[in-house]
Amino acid sequence: MTVVYDDLGDEAAESDVPVRRIKFSINGAKKVAEIEPRLLLAHLIRRGVGLTGTHMGCDTTNCGACTVLVDGTPIKSCTMLAVQVDGHEVTTVEGLASLSELHPLQEGFKQEHGLQCGFCTPGMMMAAKGLLDRNPDPTEEDVRWALSGNLCRCTGYQNIVKSVLWAAEKLRAEG
Amino acid sequence: MYPGRFRYEAPRSLDEAITLLRDGGDEAKVLAGGQSLVPMMKLRFASPELLVDINGLPGLDYHTTQADGSLHVGALCRHADLEWSALLKSSQPTMAAAAPVIADPLVRNRGTLVGSLCHADPQGDWAAVMLALGGYVVAQGPSGKRVIALTDFVTGPFTNTLARDEIVVEAVVPPARGIRSGGYLKLERRVGDFATCGVAVAIETDPASGAVTRAGIALCGVGGSTINAPGAAAALAGEPLSEESIAAAADLAASAAQPKTDHRGSAEYKRHMVATFVIRIAGGAAADPNTLAAGKAA
Repeated sequence: MTVVYDDLGDEAAESDVPVRRIKFSINGAKKVAEIEPRLLLAHLIRRGVGLTGTHMGCDTTNCGACTVLVDGTPIKSCTMLAVQVDGHEVTTVEGLASLSELHPLQEGFKQEHGLQCGFCTPGMMMAAKGLLDRNPDPTEEDVRWALSGNLCRCTGYQNIVKSVLWAAEKLRAEG
Repeated sequence: MYPGRFRYEAPRSLDEAITLLRDGGDEAKVLAGGQSLVPMMKLRFASPELLVDINGLPGLDYHTTQADGSLHVGALCRHADLEWSALLKSSQPTMAAAAPVIADPLVRNRGTLVGSLCHADPQGDWAAVMLALGGYVVAQGPSGKRVIALTDFVTGPFTNTLARDEIVVEAVVPPARGIRSGGYLKLERRVGDFATCGVAVAIETDPASGAVTRAGIALCGVGGSTINAPGAAAALAGEPLSEESIAAAADLAASAAQPKTDHRGSAEYKRHMVATFVIRIAGGAAADPNTLAAGKAA
């Protein structure tokens, strides 16, 4: 895998760029990458693997648009170094659906109009995935609590919460 | 945004980590949860030459009570572990109230209590909580372990008293002298914002007489550093909690605060909120010592 870095002027001229080789899995596919330790996980996912469903919103650990699961736990991928997923499993929004079917969370966002511009949606879904894996029968308050690290600038929270509750019900019905 | 260039090491043992820190000198930093350090590195407020990632060290993700009743929190215990902890809910009201209001749920999945103490942000919640509880940290260096009381550990904004080749392996809350009550209240504009003000109150009462055997009050967000308010806590000690003693403690805590007027509120407002929070937490404890004063001041 090749990663192209931004030319940052002064630093790009240095010859001894430290590179580390890591192995990880993303949405079930095993990967090997040679990366600089300062590469952020979000950039590894977007530029390295080429999965652009993980969005970069604020880049300052505020908005949660870059939320992915690492070993099943939702985290902000702009605030984790890519080298830290060496030996770990990453799941992005692209890992939710199967080839033929949307994940109930995706279906829920469709049914309940849980998105407007859609920029925050992947992060919302991944944070919600973390919640539903831990608590299959959440209350509205549980959902709001779990999503409190994810910002929607369209302010569509009402329908986002409904979407997650819809998905929870669907998942429970499916057993 | 990218952090500056650095060398990255992920040691598999504590000894290896300490050796790396010793050899790395002043430009080495420990990476635990990274929820403060990585943002600071991206903003280039921090540019360590060496990052020692301790996430691969075994056996540091615990939080447990020992036989003497002391609570031990390992260096890799995440905020979320504490938020969902039945142990904290049943035995540590001040900590149980603070854990769910640290940053936001995603940050809580990565960030650690010990890392927060070491980072020593003046607005950090855990330093105030551990000060109120009379806690200490255990630091390990090349020549062994030493105990550092929180009062001697956080000495200023982003300043702790660790030697450069020392790692905090755990934070400890000493056993209670009686029934524990208290809580943590934080005023924030939105989830994940820095605290406008945060107040931690820890109270221990004699089960027979109801007299307060030990009290601690500490503040965050209202000064250039975490503020310990032993004078305010002393107003609660010795007698059973009363409206008078709580009011006196609230006034003293407000005086101990050194808030500045900023976009989060005026200095006067923040002082007022400190007093209000002391009254709410201690008042709740007086009404029912087993009630946890939980959450934020919504």
